[in-house]
Amino acid sequence: MIEMALFFAASCYGVALILDLWRIAQGPSAADRILALDTMVINVIALLVLYGIWRGTAIYFEAAMLIAMVGFVSTVAYCRYLLRGNIIE
Amino acid sequence: MDMIGEILISAALVISGIFGFVGSFGLVRLRHTLQRLHAPTKATTLGVGGMLIASMIWFYVEKDQFSFHELLITLFLFMTAPITAHFIAKVYMVQSLRPDDLPDSGSEHGWSPYEEAPEGHRKP
Repeated sequence: MIEMALFFAASCYGVALILDLWRIAQGPSAADRILALDTMVINVIALLVLYGIWRGTAIYFEAAMLIAMVGFVSTVAYCRYLLRGNIIE
Repeated sequence: MDMIGEILISAALVISGIFGFVGSFGLVRLRHTLQRLHAPTKATTLGVGGMLIASMIWFYVEKDQFSFHELLITLFLFMTAPITAHFIAKVYMVQSLRPDDLPDSGSEHGWSPYEEAPEGHRKP
């Protein structure tokens, strides 16, 4: 039963990543693209935790934590660059 | 005990998958940028949250150990999601709206994305 639920969740997040990619390609404004990139980071964190459950190891939590931090910092840096013209004033 | 654990883990995984999909589907389907800002919050809270709850129950049932990493990830995401949304909304304001489109800010200073910081709040 867990295996089937894992497959279901993994396919849901795979389709979600494709939809995010469509929004990145399509997005009319830069805000849409940043939002889609942030959503991709969230989905990849969920996929990594899923993979950790599937393999039965706790190693992937560190990877998920690192990706969460890098995603947050890159989103804020991109927004700040668009707002102010530079990142660290 | 094992059966209950399996059912709980599977339910959390399925709910998480559904909400992760709903978040991105809303990102594609909603019409306006500020409406789209609303959709991925489902993926952040319920999607990742359900996945981490499933992981915690799994490690407790299968490995007999309680792991705290998931709580760290949840805490980090819940702290950073509002900051990200605030910044994206500011980017939308700067790029797509003019100060004339907005209502009065209700104070002696204007809206922050368009103006320099007021006197006394500037960095040296």
